[in-house]
Amino acid sequence: MTVDVTPLHRYRNETPYPFCPGCGHGSILDKLGEALASLEIDPSGVVIVSDIGCAGLSDQYFDTSAFHGLHGRSITYATGIKLARPELTVIVIMGDGGTGIGGAHLINAARRNVGITVLVFNNLNFGMTGGQHSTTTPDGAVTSTTPGGNLEHPLDICGTVGVNGAGYVYRGTSFDADLPDRIAEAIRHPGFALLDVWELCTAYFVPANKFTRRDLNATIDRLGLSTGVLSSREVADYGTAYRAAFDATAGRTAPVLIPTTHASDLAAPVAIVVAGSAGTKVRSAARMVGEAAIRSGLWATQRDDYPVTVKTGHSLSEVVLSPSSITPGSAGVPGVALVLSEDGLHKVRSTLQSMGPETVVFTIPAFAGLETGARVEVIDPAAADTRIPKAQLALVLLAAMVSRLGLFPVEALREAAAAGAFSVENLAAIDAGVAL
Amino acid sequence: MGREYIDGSTAIVRGALDAGCTFFAGYPITPASSILMAMMRELPKVGGIAIQGEDEIASIGMCIGATLAGARAMTATSGPGISLYSENIGLAVMGEVPLVIVDVQRLGPATGGATTVSQGDVQFVRWGTAGGFPVIALAPSTVTESYWLTAKAFDLAERFRCPVFLLTDKELATTLTTVDAAAYPPVEVRARETGAGGAPYRYEPSDDVPPLHEFGRGAAVRFTGSTHDTGGYITKNLQTVDALNRHLSDKIEGHRDEIELVDADLEEGAVTLVLGFGVTGGAVRAAVAAARRGGVQVSGLVVHSLWPVPETAITRAMAGVRRVVVPELNLGLYRREIERLAGGREVVGVNRIDGELIDPAAIVEVLA
Repeated sequence: MTVDVTPLHRYRNETPYPFCPGCGHGSILDKLGEALASLEIDPSGVVIVSDIGCAGLSDQYFDTSAFHGLHGRSITYATGIKLARPELTVIVIMGDGGTGIGGAHLINAARRNVGITVLVFNNLNFGMTGGQHSTTTPDGAVTSTTPGGNLEHPLDICGTVGVNGAGYVYRGTSFDADLPDRIAEAIRHPGFALLDVWELCTAYFVPANKFTRRDLNATIDRLGLSTGVLSSREVADYGTAYRAAFDATAGRTAPVLIPTTHASDLAAPVAIVVAGSAGTKVRSAARMVGEAAIRSGLWATQRDDYPVTVKTGHSLSEVVLSPSSITPGSAGVPGVALVLSEDGLHKVRSTLQSMGPETVVFTIPAFAGLETGARVEVIDPAAADTRIPKAQLALVLLAAMVSRLGLFPVEALREAAAAGAFSVENLAAIDAGVAL
Repeated sequence: MGREYIDGSTAIVRGALDAGCTFFAGYPITPASSILMAMMRELPKVGGIAIQGEDEIASIGMCIGATLAGARAMTATSGPGISLYSENIGLAVMGEVPLVIVDVQRLGPATGGATTVSQGDVQFVRWGTAGGFPVIALAPSTVTESYWLTAKAFDLAERFRCPVFLLTDKELATTLTTVDAAAYPPVEVRARETGAGGAPYRYEPSDDVPPLHEFGRGAAVRFTGSTHDTGGYITKNLQTVDALNRHLSDKIEGHRDEIELVDADLEEGAVTLVLGFGVTGGAVRAAVAAARRGGVQVSGLVVHSLWPVPETAITRAMAGVRRVVVPELNLGLYRREIERLAGGREVVGVNRIDGELIDPAAIVEVLA
């Protein structure tokens, strides 16, 4: 069954195939060799990425480059190779088993249109591990794991990748005379190309189901599947589209350097806990305080705690200000706490109870009665000249805190606000907080 | 020059770019997503490629493929993602693929606490794939260390052609920290030694690391995750199998001295050594300083190279002390490595697994 390999010697090497008599693998590989010969690509520029199973042995019979990785993941390696070096011709050889374990990769490579060619050696079962059923085993078929007949509907590989954007899709059998041309066509296609090639597994599927060459096409018909080129559309491959979408000479984002423009008398580190609700700018207000402290020559850290959701539940920021350099870590009992909402109060209730008379809590009238050993300073946003939006409450109370405790000059906070986004709103909030 | 207010993730991204990273693939996961987002933003601006995979398996697979095609690759995830990386970590070990893997630890097991700090992956990264072969793992304890140890991870990945982990955590990766712009040390990453033509692997001498044969450099290259001969062909020849497997171990174990990295603060006459890593390293330094202010003689050691265990540096730091205190955000996972080296010394853990950091005061209490 092996064709004359002499004209193909640049691709197929001299090693005889290890496949069972009558197995379709050798025939498909010969046709791949013919396709490569017709394209005249430098063999070292061809990477055969082989999956696992009998078809996974294929790369050893070619003098091209080869990548033999893990079961079902061949498409992911091929994607990385193609993206990193787009001039390579990347061909994946996988069995029908690979379309099961690697199904997610198959669909997503098609969707992305990564410029690789996938050859599925579809022999309708796991031929290397003992003839178990695969995703493409026809319903009713007997395998070593479906002794009473397969109860699962077979996967339509071509339909799956076709509806998800694949550039080129073909279904046929290992007996198709035009398979070399179709393989060459698929390789030439710039986008994701897949050939679903049905074939006989003479070790298991054929004897278990008295399956013949004629049954391949009969089964395709019975399942309502089509053969031939099922889809061929002009699409840019992902790598080309990616390179076109970005300016590779734009240069990286430069670090934002904060100048020291003020001074602070702070003698020892102080930890400030801001306890509010998610979605109310707790973290960004706390960050502004840190930046203002840095402008004042201090060193700041900010550690946040929040639930996995973004706009509900608590939002806690722990800001530590220090006259000397500090690294991330536990700050212990805070010197200052700001309680802004019920969510925040719930999170810091025990912390408030452990705070002593040398510490201070800033809060709004609603929580004036909170239990703590700290001095409580109640700030009433309703007393401000202008209405304070809920989302500015954190910054208003932080500005009041900076002003009353004299941690660093309020002017530094104004500078930090002016340097960032929403500067008008934030400057108004700072002024309101200082006035309260 | 001024100072910055940045987190550890930003420093990792900067370290990777300065180390010449050209490829990144990752899948969103708290608390590692900000590394993915920053790489998606920054890499294309310098001609690199960053891609969000359909899952973690695809992401690390793409990195391995890209490396073989000439890229310097990094991926970043958290514990649940490392679980999915497992099989491909093995592939990178077997195929001798340089690769940097960032693990931003969160509380486990399973989905655990997504926004909660932990140091529970310290043994997991070492033993996280089948076969038990060595990998390298580095652990920063500050933002500037996050920067230069990331670059170091790239350097060691090239030197030893293996996956190198950068083990950080939710707090170190996300805590904003003031950093003097002048405090970043210059980083240097060795150029990749590449080969073309001939056998892509070499097992003699067994600790020798052959140059990486990349695809697309004019000669056919064979790469395989199966037990292979030096040509990249599957083999069951006993001598070859033995030589390959000893080589995978010896190339790292035989060069521990090139990997050992610690920050030692040893005091003459100290009776206790406090040893930690990662975010807990900050608590170790603070506790040592506080104890000394209280008149206690104590040494401190912050381990930067977790795997292989820096046995020479640890043994030196233990000389003369009677007791070793090991604070960790787990129930004593790295402590067992210290116990192994302690030679009868008392080894005491300070452990926390409620998702909060260890207060330096809790360490000082044990030192008193």
